[in-house]
Amino acid sequence: MSDSQTNVSTTDSSQLIIQLRGMHKWYGDFHVLSDINLEVHKREKIVICGPSGSGKSTMIRCINRLEEHQQGQIIVNGTELTNDIKNIEKVRAEVGMVFQHFNLFPHLTILENLTLGPIWVRKTPKKEAEEIGMKYLEKVKIAEQAKKFPGQLSGGQQQRVAIARSLCMHPEVMLFDEPTSALDPEMIKEVLDVMIDLADEGMTMLVVTHEMSFAKSVADRVMFMDDGQIVEENNPYDFFDNPQHERTKLFLSQIL
Amino acid sequence: MNDTTNNPREHLAAPIRKIGAIAWLRENLFNTWYNSVLTILTLAVLWMIVPPLFSWAFINSLWDSSAEACRDIDGACWSIIPRNVKFIFLGFYPTGQEWRPILAMLLLLGLVFYSKERKRWKKALGWYWSIGLIVMGTLMYGGIFGMPIVEPAQWSGLPLTLMLSFFGIVAAYPLGVLLALGRRSRLPAIKTLCVVYIEMIRGVPLISLLFMSSVMFPLFLPEGVTIDKVLRAQAAIIFFTAAYIAEVVRGGLQAMPRGQYEAADSLGLNYRQTMRLVILPQALKIVIPPSVGILLSAFKDTSLVVIIALYDILKTTKVTLSNPKWTGYSTEAYVFLAVLYFIFCYGMSSYSRRLEKELHTGR
Repeated sequence: MSDSQTNVSTTDSSQLIIQLRGMHKWYGDFHVLSDINLEVHKREKIVICGPSGSGKSTMIRCINRLEEHQQGQIIVNGTELTNDIKNIEKVRAEVGMVFQHFNLFPHLTILENLTLGPIWVRKTPKKEAEEIGMKYLEKVKIAEQAKKFPGQLSGGQQQRVAIARSLCMHPEVMLFDEPTSALDPEMIKEVLDVMIDLADEGMTMLVVTHEMSFAKSVADRVMFMDDGQIVEENNPYDFFDNPQHERTKLFLSQIL
Repeated sequence: MNDTTNNPREHLAAPIRKIGAIAWLRENLFNTWYNSVLTILTLAVLWMIVPPLFSWAFINSLWDSSAEACRDIDGACWSIIPRNVKFIFLGFYPTGQEWRPILAMLLLLGLVFYSKERKRWKKALGWYWSIGLIVMGTLMYGGIFGMPIVEPAQWSGLPLTLMLSFFGIVAAYPLGVLLALGRRSRLPAIKTLCVVYIEMIRGVPLISLLFMSSVMFPLFLPEGVTIDKVLRAQAAIIFFTAAYIAEVVRGGLQAMPRGQYEAADSLGLNYRQTMRLVILPQALKIVIPPSVGILLSAFKDTSLVVIIALYDILKTTKVTLSNPKWTGYSTEAYVFLAVLYFIFCYGMSSYSRRLEKELHTGR
């Protein structure tokens, strides 16, 4: 899987694609995210981990405005997220998202799930959109299921379709919100394999996951969040072998 | 590991169920002593009711005779229907022009039947309907091609019933969907407006709306402006039904998991696209059973227009019964009406069940 374009990663990536500056978020009175600062460069792969309720999902959901932040700045590919709905839609079209529970559209076939975005958001002609759809279905190795409905597929297959659905929009960044947490153990690998391929091709990825093997093999940076803050971030070697903070050590000792 | 693990598992046949009439009777009708008593009682009651009913309806009955002939029998006098068929079905529509409402009704039913297949739900269908509706209107109203004008006040009988119900249903559904979306809107003005509308309409009986439309509403119109009574009743039915549809659809919208909105949002679909392509197709499918309930009652409630002196098929039947020749055969007439209503309602509900099955995608 190592062709010429693998592993360029951080070196040539002066290009900032996501910036979070002093970002805060509250749910009512509850301070979910506090002073989040994050810069993601093109082609970077970032794994975010942390205990449940630490705000990691909320943080990546702020990046495509599924959650609203109340303070600070979020700039995605040069567009700042404000209440301007046009900007929000623009950012969402550039940012792919994969959910824990897949969230495929159950009333549409697999191929229709994939072509919905290209046809209606990108205004791609239907024929062309279907070609794009089939291309990505082949990439995630389920082209033969194109005419089926999501309910007829296994969890792992559904998640791969969900990844393909995002890819059809040719996103600049892919966000993964615990993509394997709802899967049976024997299906986790097929999804991770797709994600590893994607990483090898140089996709910019932010992944919230508990799959530490994935973090070790793919991530440029691993980030630990607790209590709504980014506690520690480092390259995967130092992060796992030499964690600095007590909370990180405790967390790692619990999950490894 | 022993070597049996590698052998293919033996597949056993499912246990044989007892079959045959006697076994079925034993299992279902005489399995306990009280079920046996109930079965025997039921049979006795059926024995007392069914044979006399059968002989009244089919053996001692007359199907096409004069009213006088009916006086001499103790069975049903179905003759009241064929002998008054023109008035019951078409009411006051001018004599000699009957072919027009008949043709219009056939066209309507034909289009409805044609539209049943989902694969025909394309743009062309919209054109067929537009043309069909114009032709129907022209047929009913006339005024061109040498067809004398027939004012809507003279439209009566089955065409009136079908028109009020069909347009009531067809217009109320989209209006109800819009109201449901409005009620969930984040814009306070729209939301309040929809809530007030829905609650107000649901707070009054249809009869009072019909009264208002026929008595009160004209008082508010400027002088010289009149809106036809049939049209006003039609509007009242539409507004009434829409409020109920709105609440049912809102239930469907609320049943949609948040993930569906989020997935649509994350693709960059805007609000209208999200609703049209993702949320409504699923939500409306969920609410098929309750919506059909509302549409069925809307269909039957059109008979309430009798109170504002519109002659729908129920009223034309009653008028027929007030003819001294035919008074006394109300049972027959109403049974006939019941069967007629049943056919339409059953058609709708069985179609809805088929649609539900077709739209099922395995989740």
